[in-house]
Amino acid sequence: MEPIHSIFSRTVVLPYSDIDTDQIIPARFLTTTTKAGLGQHAFSNWRYNTDGSNKSDFILNQSSAQGCQILVAGNNFGCGSSREHAPWALLDFGFRAVISTEIADIFRSNSLKNGLLPLVIDKENHAWLIANPGAQVEINLETSSLSLPNGKQVKFNIEGFARYCLLNGVDELGFLMNQLDQIKQYEQERA
Amino acid sequence: MSAPKTLFEKVWERHEVVPETADTPAVLYIDLHLVHEVTSPQAFSLLREKGLKVRRTDRTLATMDHSTPTDPAEIAGRVPIKVKSAAQQIQQLETNCSEFDVELLNLNSAQRGIVHVVGPELGATQPGKTIVCGDSHTATHGAFGALAFGIGTTEVGHVLATQCLLQRRPRTLAITVDGKLAEGVTAKDLILAIIGKIGVAGGTGQVIEYRGTAIESLCMDGRMTVCNMSIEAGARAGMIAPDETTFAYLKGRPKAPQGSDWDKAVAEWRNLRSDPGARYDREVQINGSDLEPMITYGTHPGMVMPIGGRVPDQSNDPVFMKSLAYMGLNPNEQLLGKPIQVAFIGSCTNARLSDLELAAKVMKGKRVAPGVRALVVPGSQQIKREAEQLGLDKIFLEAGAEWRESGCSMCIGMNGDTVASGQYAVSTSNRNFEGRQGAGARTLLASPATAAASAIRGCVTDPRTII
Ligand code: SF4
Repeated sequence: MEPIHSIFSRTVVLPYSDIDTDQIIPARFLTTTTKAGLGQHAFSNWRYNTDGSNKSDFILNQSSAQGCQILVAGNNFGCGSSREHAPWALLDFGFRAVISTEIADIFRSNSLKNGLLPLVIDKENHAWLIANPGAQVEINLETSSLSLPNGKQVKFNIEGFARYCLLNGVDELGFLMNQLDQIKQYEQERA
Repeated sequence: MSAPKTLFEKVWERHEVVPETADTPAVLYIDLHLVHEVTSPQAFSLLREKGLKVRRTDRTLATMDHSTPTDPAEIAGRVPIKVKSAAQQIQQLETNCSEFDVELLNLNSAQRGIVHVVGPELGATQPGKTIVCGDSHTATHGAFGALAFGIGTTEVGHVLATQCLLQRRPRTLAITVDGKLAEGVTAKDLILAIIGKIGVAGGTGQVIEYRGTAIESLCMDGRMTVCNMSIEAGARAGMIAPDETTFAYLKGRPKAPQGSDWDKAVAEWRNLRSDPGARYDREVQINGSDLEPMITYGTHPGMVMPIGGRVPDQSNDPVFMKSLAYMGLNPNEQLLGKPIQVAFIGSCTNARLSDLELAAKVMKGKRVAPGVRALVVPGSQQIKREAEQLGLDKIFLEAGAEWRESGCSMCIGMNGDTVASGQYAVSTSNRNFEGRQGAGARTLLASPATAAASAIRGCVTDPRTII
C-alpha cells in the first residue's frame, strides 16, 4: 500500500443518513472474483436508469463531482454487510476519503485496510460540510485534522495502529506474520 | 478473587494471543473460520500472491450459499446456472478449496446450506469459541455463547494465513428482555423491536449480550434469529450465555465433542455466563410481555412498527421522505391490508426448522392468494430433509407456494431469485435496504408467521388473526 499523508480535494456530498453497503455496491455485482473495475457499479441503483443511461440529477453524474476525492455523507455511513467490495468500489471510483458523523464498524475496518480514509467528525462541522458541497478541504493524517475553507481545523480520530499503517504504507498482514512465534505458542498451550 | 467478568470478556480474554496496547490492537485467535464463495476469492488470491498456505485447514470450513441457485434443476445441473458470473464464482471456490485443502460443502453436499445455518447444525459452532466469516451475519453464532463476528475479505486472508486477527476490544451492551412473549410474537418480532428501540447504529462499536427470561425461554432457532440481526443494530456481535437448551441442541452433532470430551466441554461451557456484578458499558431493558408482531415500513430495519401501527409522520425530514417514496408509502398509512406480490420465507434469520414449522402451521389447508408468489427456501439441505420428513413441503406445495433447494435466495437477490421493481415483498430476511431483494424491490421485514399469513390473504396480515 502507498503511504498516505494528506489529501487535498473538493468534496461531493450525499446528504442521506444510513447509506448502506447495498447502495454503495449492490449485491448483483458481487459475483466477481477480483477487486478490479467495481467503480463503474458504485451507487449503481442511484446512478443509472434501468436502461443503463445516467440519471442526470444524481450528483456523481454531474461535472462538479468529477475529480473529487472526498465523499461527505449523512450520519452512519456504510452500515450493512461486510462486503469489502464497498471500499473497493469507492476507491476505484476515485474517492480516497469518506466523512460522516458515524461510520459502521466493518466498513471502517475494511476501508482502513485499503487506504480509504473513514473520518468521523463532530456534528457541527459535518453540518457545515453537508451545507457546502464542493468545498475545498485538506485532510492531514499526520495531525489527524481536517482544514475547512472557513478556517476551521477539525480533529478526527483514527485508531492509532491503523493510522501508523496508513502513514507508513505498512500492511497489517506483515505485522501479523511477525507474531507467528506467539501464535504457535498459544496453539500449543490453549488451542 | 478476580473482578466479575461478562461473558464477552471471558471469551475475549481466553483468545488473546497478544493483548492490545495503546499502540497496537490485540492479536486475537480464531477457533473457527467459515468461508463462502462471495467474500473469499480475493483472499485466496492474496495467499497465492504471497506464497502462503492456509494455516489451520482443520479450523476452516467452506460452503456455498450466496450466489448458488435454489432452483432444483439448476442445482442438479440439468439446466445451466442462470447467472454466469455466479457459476464462475462457485467454480472458483471449488478450485480454491481443493488447492488449499479446505473442507468444502459443495453443491452436491448433503450438508450444504447457508453458512450461518450449517455451522450450528454440524455442531461446529460451540460455546466459548471465536468464530469469524466474511459475512456480517456471523453474529448468528453468538446464540451459543460464542464470540462471532463478520470480517472483510482482507481479514479473511489474515485468518487463512495466520488463524488470527488484529482487533481492538469492543465495548459491551447488555439488553435484558424480561417477561414472556405473547402468542403469535416470535424471536423475529423481538429483535425487530430491539432495533426499533436502539436504532440501526445503536450498537456500533459494541458487543451485545442478550439476557433475561424472554431470551432464556427461546429455543436455539429463536436465539439465532435474535443474534443474527445484531448487525442490523450496528453491533458486530451478539451473544447469549449457553445453558441446557444450548447443550441439548449440540449433543450428538457431528462436529460437537463426543464421549468423555463432551462432558468435559459442557463442564467448561457452564462457566460461560456473566458473573453477578459484572459491568457493561451500557444497559437497556425491554419488557418482552409488551411486544407485538412487528413489520418494517422503510429502507432500514430501524424503520419498524407494530403490525397494526401507522407509518410515522416525519414529513419535515427529507431522508425519511425519500425512504417512504422508495417504498411507495405515505406518513400515517396503515400497512395492514396493503396488497403484496411476494412472500419470502427463508434466509439465515428465519429458515430453520421451527421457522418453517411456524409458516406451515399458518398455511396448512389454505391457498396462497392469487397474484402472490410465495417462496419457501430452507436454510440448509438438512433442514430441507427434516421438513420433508414432517410433510411440510406438501403443506407448502398444496398451498401453492414454491419449495426450493437451500441457499440465500431472495434475501440478497444475486442468484436468480429476485423481487421485481415496485413489488411489495413480506420477507423473513434481515435487510430491507433499497434494492436488496432486487432493483426497485420493496421489502417489508417480518416473522415467518406474518409472511405466511400475508401470503394467504394476499395483503399484510396480523398472524394472530389467522392461526
Ligand atoms: S441469507 Fe441473506 S443475510 Fe444470510 S448470509 Fe445469506 S445473503 Fe447474507
